[in-house]
Amino acid sequence: MTKRVLIVEDETNIVESLSFLLGRAGFEVQTVADGALALDKAAHVEPDVMILDVMLPNVSGFDVLRGVRANPALTSTPVMMLTAKGQSRDREQALQLGADVFVTKPFSNADIVAEARRLAGLDG
Amino acid sequence: MLSWNVIVLTCLLYVAALFGVAFWAERRARAGHFGWMRSPLVYTLSISVYCTAWTYYGAVGSAARNGLEFAAIYLGPTLVFIGWWFLFRKLVRIAREQRTTSIADLLSSRYGKSSLIGVFVTVLAVIASTPYIALQLTSLSLSFTLFSDGSANSSLTAFWIAVGLAIFTILFGTRHVDANERHYGVVTAIALEAIVKLVAIASVGLFVVFGLASGPSDIFARPESAELLSADIFGPRWITLVFLSATAIICLPRMFQVIVVENVDERHLATAAWAFPMYIFLMSLFVLPIAIVGLNTMPAGSNPDLFVLTLPLASGANTLALVAFIGGFSAATSMVIVSAIALATMMSNHIFMPLWLRATAGTPSSSGDVRRILLISRRVSILVIMGLGYLYYLLAGDGGALASIGLIAFLGAAQFLPSVIAGLYWRGATRTGALLAVGSGAVVWAYTLFLPSFGGSLILSAETIANGPFGLGWLRPNALFGSAISDPLVHAVIWSMAVNITMLCVGSMMSRPRALEQLQAKIFVDVFALSAAGQGMSLGRTAKSEKLFELAQRILGREQAGRMFTEIARAQGKPSGLPDADPALTARLERALAGALGASSAHAMVSQISGHGTVSVPELIRMADETAQIVEYSHRIEEKSRELEISADQLRRANERLRAISDQKDAFLSQVSHELRTPMTSIRSFAEILRETDQIDPDQHQRFVTIIHEESQRLTRLLDEILDLSVLETGRTTMRRDPLWLDDVIRQALDATEPLMRRAGVQPDYAPGAEIPVLADRDRLAQVFINVLSNAVKYGLGLPPRIKVEAVQGPQEVTVTITDNGPGIAEADADRVFEKFSRLGEATLAGSAGLGLPISREIMRNLDGDLTLRSGEGGACFVITLPVVEQSAAAE
Repeated sequence: MTKRVLIVEDETNIVESLSFLLGRAGFEVQTVADGALALDKAAHVEPDVMILDVMLPNVSGFDVLRGVRANPALTSTPVMMLTAKGQSRDREQALQLGADVFVTKPFSNADIVAEARRLAGLDG
Repeated sequence: MLSWNVIVLTCLLYVAALFGVAFWAERRARAGHFGWMRSPLVYTLSISVYCTAWTYYGAVGSAARNGLEFAAIYLGPTLVFIGWWFLFRKLVRIAREQRTTSIADLLSSRYGKSSLIGVFVTVLAVIASTPYIALQLTSLSLSFTLFSDGSANSSLTAFWIAVGLAIFTILFGTRHVDANERHYGVVTAIALEAIVKLVAIASVGLFVVFGLASGPSDIFARPESAELLSADIFGPRWITLVFLSATAIICLPRMFQVIVVENVDERHLATAAWAFPMYIFLMSLFVLPIAIVGLNTMPAGSNPDLFVLTLPLASGANTLALVAFIGGFSAATSMVIVSAIALATMMSNHIFMPLWLRATAGTPSSSGDVRRILLISRRVSILVIMGLGYLYYLLAGDGGALASIGLIAFLGAAQFLPSVIAGLYWRGATRTGALLAVGSGAVVWAYTLFLPSFGGSLILSAETIANGPFGLGWLRPNALFGSAISDPLVHAVIWSMAVNITMLCVGSMMSRPRALEQLQAKIFVDVFALSAAGQGMSLGRTAKSEKLFELAQRILGREQAGRMFTEIARAQGKPSGLPDADPALTARLERALAGALGASSAHAMVSQISGHGTVSVPELIRMADETAQIVEYSHRIEEKSRELEISADQLRRANERLRAISDQKDAFLSQVSHELRTPMTSIRSFAEILRETDQIDPDQHQRFVTIIHEESQRLTRLLDEILDLSVLETGRTTMRRDPLWLDDVIRQALDATEPLMRRAGVQPDYAPGAEIPVLADRDRLAQVFINVLSNAVKYGLGLPPRIKVEAVQGPQEVTVTITDNGPGIAEADADRVFEKFSRLGEATLAGSAGLGLPISREIMRNLDGDLTLRSGEGGACFVITLPVVEQSAAAE
């Protein structure tokens, strides 16, 4: 059974690289660029893994994460947060809000794919 | 021979007459009819209280024994009055202004109002005066018994005399509470007695010279005359006697009372300076003739102390004897009365009242109570003093000649002299010095003269007097340290005064005076300088409100003081002028001053002026000035601290600004990091894909490489922008100033943004008008337009999308407005859009470095123009301004 991944990211080039990598790794990839639309999309897609950028237009990644955790259908969805800021304050906030993994840009392709597979329960 | 009854009756009648005179004088004074009572003559006569029964009877005795030695007792006061009258003037002035009541009060006041000195002086004065009072009782009872054929009990007589004198003294000596007020009744009675004394002795003298003998030449031809006059008297003892009598006129409590306390006018001293020596000259004129004739005619062994009485009696001149007796009676009673008043004031003020006040401390009492207590205390003191005198009379009997008892008292009082003189002329004299001086002098006096005078019956045994205590010869009372002075009086004077003066000097120099001592020292020593300034310490009632006003002005300031006094005056019903210095005024002023000085200082100052002043007004004013200086100084400190607070505030704000700048820098770095990481993420990710993936279709390969390329360029652009902004901000760049047509630059920018516009589906609305010349850097200016235009597109437009560009030449500046119909920018954010990396909210437009607008603004400012945001136009409206250029300058 294919696992679904939802990528919430506004940088189109990064979305493209992630889609390529995760698609090649066997995920069914869905994307959304706007934080304001991310929640609806997630509720609709019901992904097995969410990759969520912090710096989003209109609604921040943290707010999206809050919404995700508040939604009973999504509350246990694994979330990997991406940030270009990489400050420990952001990391703490993300983990406190319920993110499972916190990845700093620029990332290694292999790490991202491995983490996504692990979160989706594809390993072991 | 006069009968006992006649004598007693005469005495009673005389005393009744004295009562009458005293009552009459007192009533006149009460009614305000002072008249001659305030004349210098009455003052001078009252000073004759110096001539007691001792001089009245004893001078003849002394002359009969030692020739002219008696004259020393008169010479001392004469010298003082003629040569040292200025000392009295100073004493009188100080006493007036300090409201001095006695010599104890004077010394206590001078030495920092020390109560201990008051007690010392009082005790010593009482001890020294008791034998002297007893002496008067002795002479009175002696003269009485002379008439009684030995049938009368002399001690009983003395007792009734003491009782009578006590009653008289209480009646006329304690009428007023204020001990500083004049005792008009007593002084008038004393003056009358002075006349009686003089008339009596003169009558006896004339009788002796011209009745018994046949003129002066006859008297001085008698053998006793040669004997008396040949006696060598001008030795140490004679000098000692002159010294002691001079001291006595200053220091004896009763002399201080009549000369200083009872003085109503300083100018009376000028009269007394010649009149009093004249009086004692007259008193002493017949002493020698009486003595010579007495020795010549009276049977051997008769008491020369009583020649004044016995000579007339022996010649059967009974009336004259009665007159002589009344004269002696006058001398004795006047001395006892004045002494009792003076000593009672001292005892009451320095011993009884302090004790009573201490005992009743804390219990509130009305002023009436205190007045009553004060009078009772003084009356009890009089009884105590009379009782002591009588007791001494009983104990000592008529031991010793009259003269020697008087001299003991003189030397006791002389112990005050160094402290008095130093107090008046040496500011360095301190309380410690005075206490040591009076104390040590008194001890030496008691040990060398007073106690030995009891002949071994009081404290010192005869054995001790003869051989020294514990057989220590060098401590013999009559020969301290083996000093070979044969006369015990001279010995005692030299030792006691030497110790006294030494202790005064050493004590004063070794001790530090307290503030009050220094103040009092100045007031005493500089009394004339201070009162000459026209601001004497005693203030009349009319002067009070003026002085209070002056004080208020000094401390509260002219305006506030004026306002307050006018207000009070109006409340008192006075339309103009100063208000009366009533308790309401002083209380109000005190409260007002307390705000500036603190309650205690204010109270002290106001009560000094409104109450009995003890500090001079100049002194007060000086204190006020000092206080004002302190207030002024503290104002300055306050100001300074306010300035410091301000600069601290400025520093704090500068610090905050610096911190904000530092925070901005951190945020900037964090932003830069973020902006760099984003393109790097794409580059790294695609590079890894290309490296690790072998089979990849060529299109995808091509696309990934293109992305890497674009993102690299973006990275470069970002770095360029950062550097650009840094250069622009620090002003390290110079812009070209080429003459340009504005329209050309706008078109260049529109061309550059054309693909962007097309993607957003917007056709910019731009209608070029007249040619507008500008002086600018073409690329930079175009960059600004491009930035603003692309910004408008990026932040979203309305439907249908519209962007309007307008260029207008104004009188002062050239304006280009670029307006869109997007969401607009809230007024609160108007400034923030020009901040670096500001994205209006946590997340707005991604993909933009956020440096466009800050860079654009910096460019415009470098071109002497500006870039601002005009709010309230629906969409965003950016306004670009440039300076106007002369048409010709732009022409190519």
